[in-house]
Amino acid sequence: MSATLEKGLNAFKEVIDTPIASYFSSCVHCGLCAEACLFYNETGDPKYTPIHKLEPLRRVWKQEYTLLGKLGKMLGLSKQVTDEELSEWEPLVYDSCTMCGRCSMVCPVGNDITYMIRKMREGMSASGHAPEDMKSATARAINIGSPMGIKWPAVQAQIKHVQAETDIEVPVDKVGADYLVLMSSMEIINFPEYLSALSRIFKQAGVSWTLAPDAFEATNSGIQIGASDLAREIVSRIVVAAERLKVKCVISPECGHAFTAIRWEGPNLMGKPFGFEVKHILEVLDELHAAGKLKTEGKDKRPLTYHDPCQITRRGGVVEQPRRLLGEVAEDFREMPDAGVMNWCCGGGGGVSANSRAEPLRLEVFKVKKRQIESTGVHTLITACANCRIVMEEGLEHYHMKVEVLGLTELLAEYLVEGE
Amino acid sequence: MNHLDLLTFARGSALNWALIIFVAGVVLRFFEIFGLSRKTDLARPRTDSPGSGWRTMFTRSIPPQGMLKREPVTYIAGYVFHLGLFLAIFFFAPHIEFFRSITGLTWPALPSALVDASVVAAIVALAVLLAHRLNNPVKRMLSGFGDYLAWTVTLLPLLTGYMAYHHLMLEYTLMLSLHIFSVELLLVLLPFTKLFHTFSVFVSRWYNGDFFGRKGVAS
Ligand code: SF4
Ligand code: SF4
Repeated sequence: MSATLEKGLNAFKEVIDTPIASYFSSCVHCGLCAEACLFYNETGDPKYTPIHKLEPLRRVWKQEYTLLGKLGKMLGLSKQVTDEELSEWEPLVYDSCTMCGRCSMVCPVGNDITYMIRKMREGMSASGHAPEDMKSATARAINIGSPMGIKWPAVQAQIKHVQAETDIEVPVDKVGADYLVLMSSMEIINFPEYLSALSRIFKQAGVSWTLAPDAFEATNSGIQIGASDLAREIVSRIVVAAERLKVKCVISPECGHAFTAIRWEGPNLMGKPFGFEVKHILEVLDELHAAGKLKTEGKDKRPLTYHDPCQITRRGGVVEQPRRLLGEVAEDFREMPDAGVMNWCCGGGGGVSANSRAEPLRLEVFKVKKRQIESTGVHTLITACANCRIVMEEGLEHYHMKVEVLGLTELLAEYLVEGE
Repeated sequence: MNHLDLLTFARGSALNWALIIFVAGVVLRFFEIFGLSRKTDLARPRTDSPGSGWRTMFTRSIPPQGMLKREPVTYIAGYVFHLGLFLAIFFFAPHIEFFRSITGLTWPALPSALVDASVVAAIVALAVLLAHRLNNPVKRMLSGFGDYLAWTVTLLPLLTGYMAYHHLMLEYTLMLSLHIFSVELLLVLLPFTKLFHTFSVFVSRWYNGDFFGRKGVAS
């Protein structure tokens, strides 16, 4: 399928719906959204103003869906969207937006700018104006099954490793299990601790769960690049496996955008509500904890703080769960300024971390995270997204900060009471 | 045409036309918005949070955590302007009389001195906002002809109203006519400029609140 300007413009026309029309109609050009965006805050460059990133989409809305705009177009008064313009906008729409959702919380007229960026990417990718790295990641997700090119044997190797280490059997393809566990490529490659922590916690809690060889990957590059047809194909693998294995619930791993992809976009991509539930791992752990099935002993003495992944907290509603869980195992838990639903992004969400061209900018905007961490004075940072974790580890290294980053599931497993 | 004829025209056919264009424009703009489709969200909401959209229509008027400190000028001048304009439009005795004449409804007025003060405050706030728009790099970049036009047609009724009330510059009847004309200009342009946010803000805030509400995040 070749990408053309015409396809891009058609995609723009297609994504514009009632909410988007109301958002563009309401914008008063107050500029407050810029103040919410880490890219503007850390660089001071006005071109990073969130609503400005949508300028081509706004003009298409005006020219196609308003009477005045149509008149202007007929009289040849309006500027058409061109390929050159879209190339110019590509870094604004992809490299300098992590779809963190902060601007959408701040806009006084209620514009959900993040929603519009997500939609605008559909037209950007249809017209061929998506970053090369994201194109190839999406191609790998479609052809190989994972954006980082990981195949099931790599997971099998990890399973073997976990079984040897913990002496716990990792269930695969178990029909009738309660939970289907997904992982992200990041975890498979970089954080094998996750699977081992989960196996131990689930064994102790008596949870019936399974992995699926045809649906282990939770991430969805189709959503990040803005290609709904591909996103649907990727989500459908999970839906097929969940239905085949008759699970009650699919567990989204410690990954932010995977949660958005499956929990919130999934049913809409598939065009039908799911017959199973989708929960983030922190929600499941919190439920186990509330039911008295997750018993821990002792507390971590290190002062530590928690980084809220945008898609899990602000765009996903998992806010209190990590705090309750941390309360069980952390002796000196300190909140960062702006923690919770107004937390600042790590700088690598929305596909930015997969886009090497964006790296210098990503490291620059990490300064806000640096300040947040420094103000707590801790050297241990907990989070619940493998992507945030990698991005923050790189940022910390870049700024020579001695801070260790850990996943929350892994931290809990350290204090687990086992073998009862 | 003497001043009295002018006033009669301003209050008569000019007003009628302005109102017709205003109402038709608002209806048209709502058709443009609601004529587009919106897919129902098939993802199960986290909590049933009925009314999240409705609540956000009001709660969005409050600056989110940390924002007032970041942009005090926009927020404070914004509040002062909106409040001053609102009081002047709806709580000035002659205005209430006008609304009674077309709707039959009436309500208590504020003392003229208070309305006068709120008009002055609104004018000052508008001036501050314009200066800020010209100085702040983000606002300057976002602004075009439409923004300055909207600013001007919002200022004119306040200014002419103030001058008419205080019998400044021009003869009272003439100034009053100009005041009414400026309001008519505002009415005609409102649906077709960013001033339409007067109405659409309730729609956009509703969608935002509904989105966040479904996800279990109060916005
Ligand atoms: S904050 Fe909202 S109204 Fe203000 S410029 Fe940004 S999108 Fe427009
Ligand atoms: S979603 Fe986040 S990164 Fe993107 S424009 Fe809004 S505030 Fe900036």
